[in-house]
Amino acid sequence: MGQSQKPTDRISDAELPVREAGDLGNYENDQLLDFYASMLFVRRFEERVAEMYLRAKIGGYCHLNIGEEATVVGTLKALREDDYFFGSYRTHGFAIVRDLAPGAVMAELFGKRDGCARGRGGSMHLVDPDRRFMGGYGIVGGSIPLSTGVAFASKYRSTDEIVMSVFGDGATNIGAFHEALNMASLWKLPNLFICTNNQYGMGTSVARASAVTELWKKGVAYDIPGYKVNGMDVLAVYQLTKKLVEEVRRTKEPIFVECVTYRYRGHSMADAGKNYRTDEEMAAWRKRDPVENFRKRLLEGEIFTQKDADAIEEEVLAKVQDAVDYAEASPFPDVADLQQFVYAENA
Amino acid sequence: MAEITYREALRDALIEEMDQDPDVFIMGEEVGVFQGAYKVTEGLLDRFGEKRVVDTPIAEEGFIGIGAGAAMTGLRPVVELMTINFGMVAMDQIANHAAKISYMFGGRLKCPMVIRAPGGGGQQLTAQHSHSLDVWFAYIPGLKVVAPAVPADAKGMLKTAIRDDNPVMFLEHLWLYNTKGVVPEGEHTVPFGEADVKRVGSDVTLIAHSRMVLFALQAAAQLSEEGISVEVIDLRSIRPLDAETLVHSVQKTNHCVIAEEEHRSFGVNAEVAATIYEEAFDYLDAPIERVGGVEVPMPYSKPLEQEVIPSPAKIVDAVKRTLGS
Repeated sequence: MGQSQKPTDRISDAELPVREAGDLGNYENDQLLDFYASMLFVRRFEERVAEMYLRAKIGGYCHLNIGEEATVVGTLKALREDDYFFGSYRTHGFAIVRDLAPGAVMAELFGKRDGCARGRGGSMHLVDPDRRFMGGYGIVGGSIPLSTGVAFASKYRSTDEIVMSVFGDGATNIGAFHEALNMASLWKLPNLFICTNNQYGMGTSVARASAVTELWKKGVAYDIPGYKVNGMDVLAVYQLTKKLVEEVRRTKEPIFVECVTYRYRGHSMADAGKNYRTDEEMAAWRKRDPVENFRKRLLEGEIFTQKDADAIEEEVLAKVQDAVDYAEASPFPDVADLQQFVYAENA
Repeated sequence: MAEITYREALRDALIEEMDQDPDVFIMGEEVGVFQGAYKVTEGLLDRFGEKRVVDTPIAEEGFIGIGAGAAMTGLRPVVELMTINFGMVAMDQIANHAAKISYMFGGRLKCPMVIRAPGGGGQQLTAQHSHSLDVWFAYIPGLKVVAPAVPADAKGMLKTAIRDDNPVMFLEHLWLYNTKGVVPEGEHTVPFGEADVKRVGSDVTLIAHSRMVLFALQAAAQLSEEGISVEVIDLRSIRPLDAETLVHSVQKTNHCVIAEEEHRSFGVNAEVAATIYEEAFDYLDAPIERVGGVEVPMPYSKPLEQEVIPSPAKIVDAVKRTLGS
């Protein structure tokens, strides 16, 4: 037990077969269009969420996925329908890409009765067990042991379902992360750990928070293979994740992936995001914009025309509008039901 | 019906529930190969195998979280903490995750997990291993908290806990493991939220839970010789709390003493006292007396430790004070 001398794999940015990943010819057109439309959906949805926050339709903490669309889409699209997903508190994009009803997600952000958590959870606690979307969590790293528990259940029941656990760079410094990784590896559990390294835990850069800045290495101490991928390139993320999802499924052992990405906005809507980073840095990352650059590639690759792109834009905006309309129309939860759900009713 | 120990009663409950439900499994430190730090799980590894009796590393936050995650898929983990004092290491997973899974997700997920752990002082285990912390957990909506005092309740409540769809803190006591009592064989469940009148009396209501129930019964026996009739009520379940049984008793006796092993301030006894003041104030002929542990970290030295923990003698004194006798 635990004696295997696994080689620790690493695919760095430089080593990544980017040309292959970026070769549009490896993908069906429909899939490429789906990637694009999904990323654009996240971008436009989040822009609208920001607007709704500023209009006080949304309260509390509100963390956006803008800038991280390639990581969101590339990871989730590699997951099977019966696989499980766990997120952190930055999960709006993951939720809608996992096909949670966008209206139910927006309604949850509005605190409405028809929200996916019936108005009890809000931005940080989106959920849909029907989609095996096991929730967003507000305590950094807190969801990681839970995800390992679901992987434990998968093994206990001898299924081939795997668990994708997504968390930020900050979560790799907390104890729950290390305990969960140790047991996932010790017990050989089908847990795919995805670290969304967006460079900052709130305003503290990775270099100021972590003695090891190559975060993919943090699984290596627990004999978990680590990978690093360009999180601004949806095809690179998808290609790697797809391969690793199947590897976890086949080997029933955990793998760790670091997706290197960037959040354009502040940590939350309450943070302008400027005290701790320079305009030059932000501009440099925006040049690598996952949505815009992918659109250009699809145009250059003649996968679609500008007219097609415009049509997708229109479709996406309509979906976002529908979500807002749904959220507006939904009533607030009845105050009389305040205590409902504190306890599950015994079956 | 057989007379067995509290420990054996717990083990019987585990075996019966594991026999009838393949989703029930045990996880914790030293539960398997070592046969349980306090031998509650003795023999279970042989009987159920490694899949269902899982030894963990010393990583309470991690394995409580793993138990909670497994429970979210419908498995029914019985996770053992070697002592409830280690629960503090796992508090984030207990109080901020397991307890809130149902509510913060609008009832769409649930967490049917039992966390078993012994606590309590009196064995010179000192400051970091001697507390019960019942009130820490009872404070949290979303958790159920029970602390049975006798073997029959230990068995019946553990079976109820395992079948409950919510996270249950099942608080045992080191001093109770070897105590004996008559326990029904086979199917026997005790509902949560029902206190139990362990001794009927008419002059004063004496409320306790866990080991203090035994001290309360000793005190009641002694007071009986002096002509004082004490009604002893065992809370059994702390959350939910059975206010009705307490209030009915106080309405009858017009006097109340509450004994709790943990610190006297801010404890379970404070909640019980407030409940009785709110719901039976007019029936009280004297202020409620609270007996609780002295408020120091548990000292090592035997006489110091004994001074911290409430004794039957201190309970007797409190009863006499409230009766003015």
